[in-house]
Amino acid sequence: MLRTALRNVLAHKARLIMTALAVLLGVAFVSGTLVFAETTANAFRDASAQSLKGVAVSVRADQATSMDPAAPDTAGGEGGASGTALDAALAQKIRQLPGVASVRPTVHGQATLAGKDGRPVNADTNGQNLATNYLPGQHGKGGQDGKDSGHGKDSHYPLKEGRGPAAAGELALDAKTAAKAGYRIGDTVRLATDGPALTKKLVGIVSTDDPQVTAGATLTLFDTRTAQQLFHHPGQFDEIAVAASPGTDEYALTDRVQALLPKEGVRATSGAELAAEQSAQIAENTGYLAKTLLVFAGIALFVGVFLIANTFTMLIAQRSREIALLRAVGASRRQVVRSVLIEAALLGLVSSVGGFALGLGIAAAMGPLLNTTGAALPDGPLVITPAAPLSSLAVGVLVTVLAAWLPSRKAAKIAPVAALSSIDQAPPARTLRVRNVLGALLTGAGVLVMLYVSTLRTSKESNLMTAMFGAALTLGGVIVLAPLLSRPLITLAGKVTTRFFGVGGKLARQNALRNPRRTAATASALMIGLALITGLTVGAHSAQHAMAKEATQGLTADYKVNYSTARGLDADAPGKIARVPGVAAAAPLTTAQFDTRGQYAVITGTDPKAFGKAAQLDFRAGSLNDIGPGKIAVSDEFAKRAGLQIGATLDAKMGDGMDTGAAQKEHTTGRKGTAQQKKLTVVGIYAKTRTLDEALGTLTDVLPHSVTKQLDNVLVKAEPGRTAGLDRKIRAALGDSPLLKVRSQEQLIKDNNESVTTVLSMMYGLLGMAVVIAILGVVNTLAMSVFERTREIGMLRAIGLDRSGIRQMVRLESVVISLFGAVLGIGTGIFLAWSAGGLTTTSMQEYETVLPWERLGTFLVLALMIGVLAAIWPARRAARLNMLRSIQST
Amino acid sequence: MSQNATLTLGLKSPAGVAACATGLTKVYGEGETRVVALDSVTVEFGRGRFTAIMGPSGSGKSTLMHCMAGLDAISEGSARIGDTELSGLNDRQLTRLRREKIGFVFQAFNLLPTLDALENITLPMDIASSKPDQEWLELIVGTVGLSQRLRHRPSQLSGGQQQRVAVARALAARPEIVFADEPTGNLDSRSGAEVLGFLRESVRELGQTVVMVTHDPVAASYADRVVFLADGRVTDDLPAPTPEAVLDRMRHFDAKGRTS
Repeated sequence: MLRTALRNVLAHKARLIMTALAVLLGVAFVSGTLVFAETTANAFRDASAQSLKGVAVSVRADQATSMDPAAPDTAGGEGGASGTALDAALAQKIRQLPGVASVRPTVHGQATLAGKDGRPVNADTNGQNLATNYLPGQHGKGGQDGKDSGHGKDSHYPLKEGRGPAAAGELALDAKTAAKAGYRIGDTVRLATDGPALTKKLVGIVSTDDPQVTAGATLTLFDTRTAQQLFHHPGQFDEIAVAASPGTDEYALTDRVQALLPKEGVRATSGAELAAEQSAQIAENTGYLAKTLLVFAGIALFVGVFLIANTFTMLIAQRSREIALLRAVGASRRQVVRSVLIEAALLGLVSSVGGFALGLGIAAAMGPLLNTTGAALPDGPLVITPAAPLSSLAVGVLVTVLAAWLPSRKAAKIAPVAALSSIDQAPPARTLRVRNVLGALLTGAGVLVMLYVSTLRTSKESNLMTAMFGAALTLGGVIVLAPLLSRPLITLAGKVTTRFFGVGGKLARQNALRNPRRTAATASALMIGLALITGLTVGAHSAQHAMAKEATQGLTADYKVNYSTARGLDADAPGKIARVPGVAAAAPLTTAQFDTRGQYAVITGTDPKAFGKAAQLDFRAGSLNDIGPGKIAVSDEFAKRAGLQIGATLDAKMGDGMDTGAAQKEHTTGRKGTAQQKKLTVVGIYAKTRTLDEALGTLTDVLPHSVTKQLDNVLVKAEPGRTAGLDRKIRAALGDSPLLKVRSQEQLIKDNNESVTTVLSMMYGLLGMAVVIAILGVVNTLAMSVFERTREIGMLRAIGLDRSGIRQMVRLESVVISLFGAVLGIGTGIFLAWSAGGLTTTSMQEYETVLPWERLGTFLVLALMIGVLAAIWPARRAARLNMLRSIQST
Repeated sequence: MSQNATLTLGLKSPAGVAACATGLTKVYGEGETRVVALDSVTVEFGRGRFTAIMGPSGSGKSTLMHCMAGLDAISEGSARIGDTELSGLNDRQLTRLRREKIGFVFQAFNLLPTLDALENITLPMDIASSKPDQEWLELIVGTVGLSQRLRHRPSQLSGGQQQRVAVARALAARPEIVFADEPTGNLDSRSGAEVLGFLRESVRELGQTVVMVTHDPVAASYADRVVFLADGRVTDDLPAPTPEAVLDRMRHFDAKGRTS
C-alpha cells in the first residue's frame, strides 16, 4: 500500500501542487512563528544576560510591577519610600561589605532628543529613548562614585570621542543615536525628559552593546547628579548593582546586602535570581506573541484544510475505478483508506519540510520587519530548537491527514464491482439534506448567541468568550450551509454573467453549481479570511469614528497643546501662547477628581472666557459666563445623576484622595489623600459632550487639586485666517520641546486613528496568509474543474467555442466562486462586527457600527480580481487543451 | 437506379460538392516516429448525400474526418468545406468555420451535463450568439422525437435519446455539413438504428449533408455511399451499399491485408 501511495503522489504531482503549496504556506507560518519566538526570546535573554553581566546582587526599589528595566516610573515625588533608601551612603556601605568588588549605582529615565532638523528622534516611542547616568571612575573599594571626578571614564560605556558628561549642561550620546539625530561633539542638543525642552552640550560619544540600542532605541548619558535631578531626587538611585569579587557566593552576598537595607521598600536580588525573573518575564512576553501569531497560523491552516479535502475528494473520484480494481483483487476497505491517508501523509511531510525552510526565512525577516514599526526587538542569531521543526512537521502532516480523512471514507465505499462497469459515471451526489439541517441549526444557534451578545454592554472576559463562541458557531454554520446558499447566490451572479458574457457566463454559472460541495468549500476558504478581515475593518472603522467624535466633539479650537508624557504644561503656558501673534484665545484645561452626594466625577478647570472661544458648549441653563470662583457648571447627565439643579450648593471633596477610583465610601475611611472639602454652587447645566467631563469650573478652583498641579492641555483658537504656521510659533513660544504636541483637530483624529490603523494593517498582514491560501484553493478547484471537463471543453471547441471563449468560461466560474465567498464573508463579517460592537461600550461610549462602504467595496473588487487572477493558469490550460485528444479522452 | 444517377451527378458537378479533399496528407511525428495517417487522399462528399467512411482501425478514417472538419491541421494538400479552403486558416478562423458551417456528432459524451436537452441543442447558436430558427428547430426536434423531453438533463435520458439530442444539435444550426464520428459506437442496436434512421431522414427529408465514420457494416448500409480507407488511402467506393455488400468489401480488404 505504501508503494501505491507513493506512486500516486508522484503520478499526480501537478494536481497536488496547489495542495502542497497550501500546506507549505501554513506550515511556514507555524514554523516561522515558533522559530521567531524562540529567536526573540533568546535575543532578549542575551540582552538581559548582557545587562546583568557581572551583577552579583542588584538592589532596587521593591516594585514588583516595574520589571521592565527600560521603563522605570518617572512620576517623581510620589515614588514612595524607594527614593530615600537608594543613596550614595547606602552604596558606600555596600561597598564596604566583604566580597564586594565594586558597586554601580545607576539612575534610569527617558530622554527624547530633537534631531538637528528639529524633529524628535523616535517621536512617539518615548519608552525607547533611554537615558542613564555616566559613571566615571573606579567603582571598587575606595572609589568615589556618586561624585563625578570629571575626567574619569565609565567602563560600561567606552568613549569613542570626547569625554564623559561632568556638568549639568553636558551630555553624551551613543554613536548610533548621535548619527541618527545628526549631532557632533560640541553641538547643542535639544531634548526633553518629561516635558519642557532642555538644552545641553554634547561632550562625548560612547559605544554600547545594549541590544535595545542596537534595535533602534536612543541612549543619552548625563552626569549622575543631573540624571538624579531629572529623573529622581538628588542623591538617589534607581538601582545599585553589586559586583562580587572572585570566589564570593552570590546568595550569601545577597543576604549580607539585604541586611544593610531598610526593612521595607528596597530589595536585594541575586544576579541569578534576577536573570531567572527576567527570563521568565521574557518567556511570558514572547509566549504571548507566539500564541497570537499561532492563532493566525491556525486560521491559515484551517483554510488550507478545505483545499486539501477538495483535492483528495477529486483524486478519489477520478480514481474510483482504480480503487475498485484494488478492491476487486482483494484489498480491504481499510487498506484502501490507509493508502489514501498514507498518500496524504507523504504529501503533508514533503510540503511541511518545504514549509519549515520557508518558515526560517519568515522568522529571519520578521524581527527587522517588526522593528520598522517600532517594536525595538533586540538582534540575535536565528535559534532553532528541535521542537520547532518537529512540531511544524507534525502539524503539517496531521492537518493534511485529517483533511484527507473524510474523502478517504468515500474511497472505502467504492464497490469492487465499479471496476467492471465500463461507464465512468460519477456516483449521484448524495443529498445535502442532513448537511443543510445541521448548517441551519449551527447558524441559527450562532446568530442567536450573537444577538444575545449584541445586547451586552461590557467587555467582561465572559462576554468576550460568549462572543467568540457565537462567532465561531456562526462561521461554522455558514460553512456547513454554504452549498445550500451557493444555489441562489450563484444563480443570481450567473444572471449577471449570462447577460454580459452570453453562453460563457451561463456555462460558468452552471459549472460553479455543478459540485456544490466543492464550490462551497472553495468559497468557504475565502469566506473565513474575508469574514475576519471585514469584521475587524468594520470594528476598527467604527472605533475610529467614535474616537474622532470623542476627541473633537464640541471643540472649535484650532490646536490642542500638550506633552506626550504624563507631565502637564506649566501654568504660565496659556499666557505664553496667548502672546503669540495670531492667537485669539488659549484656554487652559486641567482636571481633578471630585465627589459629591455620593457621586464620583471629574471636574475640568479652565478660563471660561477663553474656553468659550475654543469650545462649543450647549447650555441648558445658565451660561459659561456665570462660572467663576466657587461657581461651576455641570453636565445634564451628571446633574440628573446627582440630583443637581441651578443654584444648588454642594460640598465637594476635591483631589486625589480616591485615586483608586473605587467606591465612594472608601475615601472617608481610607488612606489620607490630598482631598479637601470645597463648597461649590451650580450656576450652569450643559449638554454632555465627549470632550468634557462631568463638571466645569475655574482654573483657580481646580488646579490645586489636580494630580499633577499642572495643565493637562491648552486649547488654542487662532484669529481668523491666521492658522497657517501657527503651530510652529506656538511650539517656539513654549520652548519647542521634542515632547510637545501641537495638534490640529485633523491631527488629533489622525493620531487617534493611527494606533488602530497600525493594528488593523498588522491584522490584514496576518490574515493575508489565509486569503493567499484561499486563492490557491480557487486555483486548485478551477484546475480540477478543467481537468474533469476536458472532454466537454474539447466538444465545446469542436462545435465552435474559441479559445478566448473557453478562457472566459473558466475565468467567470472563478469570479463567480470568489464573489460568492466574498459576499458570504463580508456579510458574516458585518453581522459579527455589528453584534459584538456593543462590547466596546465600556471603553468607547460613542461607539456605534459605522460601515466603511468604500473599504467593503474594495474587498468586493479585490475578490473579483482574485477570481480573475486565480483563473489565469487554469484558463490557459483549458484554452490550450488539444481538442481532439480532449474529445477522445476517457 | 436513381441513387446511382445522383451519385454520378454529385461527382460530376462541383456545385453538388459539400466538401472535398485533394491530395490530403496528414503526417504525425517526425523522423523515427513519423507516421503517415493520410497519404494524399482525394475524395468528394456530395451535397445532400449521406456518406459513410469505413476502414479497419488505423486506416485513417477518423483522421480524414478530423482534417475535413477543421479539428486537426492538414500537413499537405487541400480540404474544402463548400468554398472555404481549410489549409491556411488559423485557429480562430477554423473555430468560426466549425461554428457556422459544420455540425458534429461524436461517439459519446456529446452533451453538456449541466444543460437540458433543448439548451444542448441550441448551444451552437448560443455560442455564435445567433437566434435559432424556431420553425426549423421544432421540425428537427419533432423529427428526432424529443418534443416531450426538451427540459430533461442528459443524465435523465437514455443513451439513444442522448445521441438523438446530439444529432438534433448538429442539425439545429443548418450547417453545410454534419460529421458524425462513430455515432452508434456506444449504443445498443435498436438505439443505433434509431439514430442512423434520423441521420438518413435528415438527408432525405431535410436535404442535409452527412459524413459518417463507422466500422459497422450495418451502420454504413444506411448511407448513400461508402468510401473505404486503408493505410491512409482511399481503396474503394461503394454506392448504394447493403450490409452484405459492405461486409463483402471488407472481407476483401482483410484478405488483401493478409496477403500483402
